Amino acid sequence: MRFQLTDEQQDFGRSLDALLTASDTPLAVRSWAAGDHAPGRALWMRLAEAGVFALAVPEAYEGVGPLPVELAVAYVALGRHGVPGPLVETAAAAVLLAGTPAAKEWLPRIAAGEALVTLAEGPYALDADAADLLLTREGRIAPGHGPLRPSADPARRLFAPTEGGELLGGTPALSAARDMAAFLTAAQSLGVGLALLDRTVAYVKQRTQFGTQIGAFQAVKHRLADTLLALEFARPLLYGAALTMAPADIAAAKVTAGEAAYRAARTALQLHGAVGYTEELDLSLWLRKARPLRDAWGTPSACRATVLTA
Amino acid sequence: MDLTHTPDEDAFRAEAREWLTANVPSEPLPSLETEEGFAAHREWEGRLATDRWSVVNWPAEYGGRGADIFRWLVFEEEYYRAGGPGRVSQNGINLLAPTLFDYATDEQRARVLPPMASGEVIWAQAWSEPESGSDLASLRSTAVRTEGGWLLSGQKTWSSRAAFADRAFGIFRTDPEAPKPHQGLTYLMFDLKAPGVTVRPIGRLDGKPAFAELFLDQVFVPDEDVIGEPGQGWRIAMSTTGNERGLTLRSPGRFLAAADRLTALWRAQGEDVTLRDRVADAVIGARAYQLFTYANASRFAAGETIGAESSLNKVFWSEYDIALHETALELLGTDGELADTAWSEGYVFSLSGPIYAGTNEIQRDIIAERLLGLPRGRRA
Repeated sequence: MRFQLTDEQQDFGRSLDALLTASDTPLAVRSWAAGDHAPGRALWMRLAEAGVFALAVPEAYEGVGPLPVELAVAYVALGRHGVPGPLVETAAAAVLLAGTPAAKEWLPRIAAGEALVTLAEGPYALDADAADLLLTREGRIAPGHGPLRPSADPARRLFAPTEGGELLGGTPALSAARDMAAFLTAAQSLGVGLALLDRTVAYVKQRTQFGTQIGAFQAVKHRLADTLLALEFARPLLYGAALTMAPADIAAAKVTAGEAAYRAARTALQLHGAVGYTEELDLSLWLRKARPLRDAWGTPSACRATVLTA
Repeated sequence: MDLTHTPDEDAFRAEAREWLTANVPSEPLPSLETEEGFAAHREWEGRLATDRWSVVNWPAEYGGRGADIFRWLVFEEEYYRAGGPGRVSQNGINLLAPTLFDYATDEQRARVLPPMASGEVIWAQAWSEPESGSDLASLRSTAVRTEGGWLLSGQKTWSSRAAFADRAFGIFRTDPEAPKPHQGLTYLMFDLKAPGVTVRPIGRLDGKPAFAELFLDQVFVPDEDVIGEPGQGWRIAMSTTGNERGLTLRSPGRFLAAADRLTALWRAQGEDVTLRDRVADAVIGARAYQLFTYANASRFAAGETIGAESSLNKVFWSEYDIALHETALELLGTDGELADTAWSEGYVFSLSGPIYAGTNEIQRDIIAERLLGLPRGRRA
């Protein structure tokens, strides 16, 4: 037993952090929200060069995966930097496509970062306007999509797939794709929560009231201590799920990371006060993401039910 | 990253399971917070020790099996899965013994550890004082130099299991002139039956004498019962409380078994849909705690030290324990009020978790200041 990331896995996470810090990720997020996908796609290509999408694609299709532990490391970093796009859906689509005749056409392009694929969850597909391929959860290739439906997070652009189109042939791995989506949403949530905590810790150290840093007040400290606690207990569940990819383990990780990130958002907003309630502060990029991620690909209640059916 | 056990760990698990299946009493022992239960538990400790299962992670010379931390975790999982009784010797094994391994002389280890392992000598902790709880540095009980040893005077309180225990360990002020309150303290062991010791049991919320206050009047302690150097008590005690909050005080096995029992209760009661989420949270929490512990154990095995992170551990398990028991009592409905059930006793015990071993308020301060780097508050 060695339940710890290897040095290589930690280095990989650090290199992605460095890459995303050096890129102007907040600009890409704001452009994406406004319907300009160019900076986001450029970022996506850099991530592909760093190997992120190849992790989801089997070796037979020019990938190196699937490697769930490395994917978790990567998606924590993507969440931490608020990277926009159908990140989770593209990796889940790679699982879905792997057993179908369409694999040969799409999987190498996914690995190379040339194809953004979205996978609808129920009535909506994330970023269908930016995606090169739009799949429904039944494994149908949708011919198009309806108008933009605004999300609580403007960087998550929702569209209803249109009817018709063909089913993917072969044996699409529908439930495995959904499990992958839930798993990577958990990883992304953990990253979002960590970003919210980092930014809030920095803020309470520089903001003063009553003649002292507000971070010296016990009420403030204890909320942040609880935020760290929740995130640090979500992390082992995430990596435990990566090792088994069992639905109950994924559900446990999903509900815990999602709730931890959402609680982190509530704390971040409260401790930033009115300035946190503004769109212009970059904090809003994560604040608005935490809640949709909590419910996407398995609400807390659905996840808890899955845990008990194991 | 790897969660699989080695063949050696699997063999160890099989051996432990076999022994426990054959030896764990089929009927639960009476509560160890009663005189009758204390005696029954002491006997159980002796039975464990006979086949060297009482302190598996200790070296063989003191009665252990030299098990590493992963095998210790495996043993704990099996122990609680088998329904093993609560350990009456846990204060000694979990709190005093790690200190002895780090700071005691060979003579002290040889003298103190074997009877601790066998249950022959049961230890109580004597940290807190009436005006000194989590702020341990403010303690006022004294140890004054005398011929061949020290004379203890003062009052200790909230001393778990002291009502029935044999000996106690604690820190005492030996240099009242020291410039700072945490200087001038000395760590020592004393006999609860020694002349000058008065033990007054204190009823817990459920009325059981689970702890006591100790009145000390010129109690003689020989030099051989001082641990480490006089004046170094604070540093030594801090290493003990680190152990307490860290890996060893609450093994995940206990919560995994409790979550299983809760799930079984929920199923037996018809899978009450209104409590489904809370039952699921108990299952998830036990798994989270197990994996968190495995991660820390991996760090520990790799030679890293576990510092302020142990405060995360302590806040987590203490609050988890209460939530788990609250859910069980609610599932039991009207019967949840009955005081003589295992769930009810477990609930009362769980309520003390956020209070002892450094209150959770203090733990959250430590997390905020040492893990998040927030400014220190008003504490000295």
